Amino acid sequence: MALAGTGATALIACTPAAPVQRLGLGQTPSAGQIRGWDIDVRADGAGLPAGSGSVAQGRAIYGARCLACHGANGERGTAPRLAGGQGTLADKAPVLTVGSYWPYAPTLYDYIRRAMPQDSPQSLTVDEVYAVTAYTLHLNGIIGAEAVLDAASLAAIRMPNREGFRPVMQ
Amino acid sequence: MDDVVRQETGAPAPAPASPRRRRFIARGAAASLAAASGAATLPGAVQAAAPEILPDNLPPNVPQWMREPGAGFLNPPYGLPSPFEKNVLRKLPDQPAAFPTATRTPLQHLFGSTTPNGLFFERHHAGVPAIDPAQHRLMVHGLVERPLLLDMKTLLRFPAVSRSHFIECSGNGSAEFKAPGRGTVQDIHGLLSGAEWTGVRLADVLAEAGVLPAARWLLAEGADAAAMTRSFPLAKALDDALLVYGQNGEMLRPEQGYPLRLLLPGFEGNMSVKWLRRLKVGDAPFHTREETAKYTDLMPDGTARQFTFRMGVKSLITAPSARQVLDGHGFREISGLAWSGHGRITRVDVSVDGGRRWQAAALDGPVQRHALTRFRFPWRWTGQEAILQSRAVDEAGNVQPTRDALVGSVGRNSAYHYNAIQSWKVAADGEVSNVHV
Repeated sequence: MALAGTGATALIACTPAAPVQRLGLGQTPSAGQIRGWDIDVRADGAGLPAGSGSVAQGRAIYGARCLACHGANGERGTAPRLAGGQGTLADKAPVLTVGSYWPYAPTLYDYIRRAMPQDSPQSLTVDEVYAVTAYTLHLNGIIGAEAVLDAASLAAIRMPNREGFRPVMQ
Repeated sequence: MDDVVRQETGAPAPAPASPRRRRFIARGAAASLAAASGAATLPGAVQAAAPEILPDNLPPNVPQWMREPGAGFLNPPYGLPSPFEKNVLRKLPDQPAAFPTATRTPLQHLFGSTTPNGLFFERHHAGVPAIDPAQHRLMVHGLVERPLLLDMKTLLRFPAVSRSHFIECSGNGSAEFKAPGRGTVQDIHGLLSGAEWTGVRLADVLAEAGVLPAARWLLAEGADAAAMTRSFPLAKALDDALLVYGQNGEMLRPEQGYPLRLLLPGFEGNMSVKWLRRLKVGDAPFHTREETAKYTDLMPDGTARQFTFRMGVKSLITAPSARQVLDGHGFREISGLAWSGHGRITRVDVSVDGGRRWQAAALDGPVQRHALTRFRFPWRWTGQEAILQSRAVDEAGNVQPTRDALVGSVGRNSAYHYNAIQSWKVAADGEVSNVHV
C-alpha cells in the first residue's frame, strides 16, 4: 500500500534520523485490550481506578501479604524500608522511605498494583491496593487511623518531601 | 619428574587408557581447576599466580595436542569458551541478596569494546521472566492517532538498524562515593557492558502510530514481575531510541530482555526497559516509583536531582587493574574503556604518576556515539610505585572529574552517576590496588 510507487523510493532515500512513511504494519488493539494493560497511575492521580480502601483493611492485608518482607512497622525487613526516616535526608546516612522521600502519593498505588506482593504481583484487587496504600501512608504518619482512600483523596495528599526535588534535565 | 620430561619422539598417540595419557588428563584437570580459581593467565600478561608449566608441551618437545587428532565438531553445537577460560564469569553480589539484583561483567578479562552476551552484566527488579516470543506483544497507545499492537514477527518486518552502544547501571561504582572498594575492576565497575544491538528505530514505530501534537513524554513498561516502568522524553524517542531484539548477532538473551527491549543510548541502564510490553505516549513524565523513590540523586543538602538520565563521561583502566600482579619489569600496554552518555569520546589521557602529568592515549576506531571505546597507552614499568589513572573527554566537552571534584559537587549520599577518575596503585612488588588519591 504505502510501499508502492514513490513510497519505495522514499524508503530508500530516507536518512536514519527521518521516520519513514507509514508501513501499514501492526494491528489496532481493542479498547478492552488497552484497558487490561493500561495500569499506570500518574503523579497527579490520572489513571486511579474507582474503588476505595481503609487503613484498617490495609493493616490486615499488610499482615498477611507484606509483613514477612517489610517487617512489623515497615521499618525493618529484607525488602526496602517503607516508613520512618523523615528529617534524615541531609544526614550522613539518610533513610529513604515513602514518608521521607517519595514526592507523590498516587505513585504508591501504581507501584503496589504493578509489583507487589513480590511473590504474586498484580494479584491484589483495586480496593485491596487502596487499603495497603492507605496503611503504608498511615505507618508514615501521613494519614490517620480512620482514613479511607479513593482516587480523589489519594491524589489530594501532599507528601512531606514534595518540595525536595530539584528539577534538572541531564 | 623423569617421566614428565622424557620425550617419546615418533611414538604413536598413546591410547586413552595408557598411564601416560592418564597423567596428561590429570594435569589438564589440575589446570582447569587452577583456571577456575583465578590462577589462569590474564589479559595484558598480568598474572594473579604462575600457572603450572608442563615441560613436555614446550619446545623442543612436541605438545601433546599435536600428537593425536583433535576433537570433532562441537558439542554442544552452540559453542562454549575454552575450558581454560573458566574463570571469566559474571559475578554475583558478594552478599546474598533477598531479591534479584545484579551480576557484573569481568571487564578486566575482556578485549576490544564488545561484551560477549554470556558476560553482559544483568540488573533485574523482579527476576528474569521466561517469555515465548510467539505470545509476546508490544502495545503502543496514549496520545497517538492509531494505537498499535505488535507481535515479534511484525516487529521483525520493520526496517532494521544495528548500532554499538554501552549500557551502564546508574549505580555503577557508587560504593566509591564512600570508600575505595577492595575488589577487582569487575567488583567495582562491572555494571557496564557494550554490544552491537539490532532492532527497529522507535521513531519508525511511533510514525506508524501517529504521535499527536500534545505528546511530550513516553512511558515504557516491561513484562517482568515488576512491570518495570520509566518515563523518557519524546525527543529521545525520535532521536536515537531503538526497540532491539538482536544483541551481538543473536537474539537477546533472556536476562537482557528477550524477546524485546527498549534501548535509550547513553541513558542510565534501567531506562532501557527489558521485556518491553507497552509504550504509552503522554504529555508529562509519569513519576513512577523508579524515577522518584529510586533513580534520583540525593544531594548533601537533602534535596534530590530529578532527572539525571544521561550517564556522565567516564573511563577506566582495565589492564592492569586491582587485584592483578605485574609479572615483571619492562614494557606493557595500559588499556581500558571510555564512554559517555553525551556522545562520542574525543580524547583519553593517561597518567602514571597520580595525575601530575597526562599523555594522550590511542583510541581504537571507529569511535561511536554512546559506545564503549578502547584506549591504549604504552608503558615501561621500572619497578617503582606508580598511580595509574585515565581521564576521558567527550564531544560535548565534558571532562571526567577527579574524585575530589565529584564528591565536592554532589556529596557522598548519591547512589548514582559515579564517574570520577579511577586510580590504581602499582606497588613496588607489582601488586595493583584501588586507591583514592
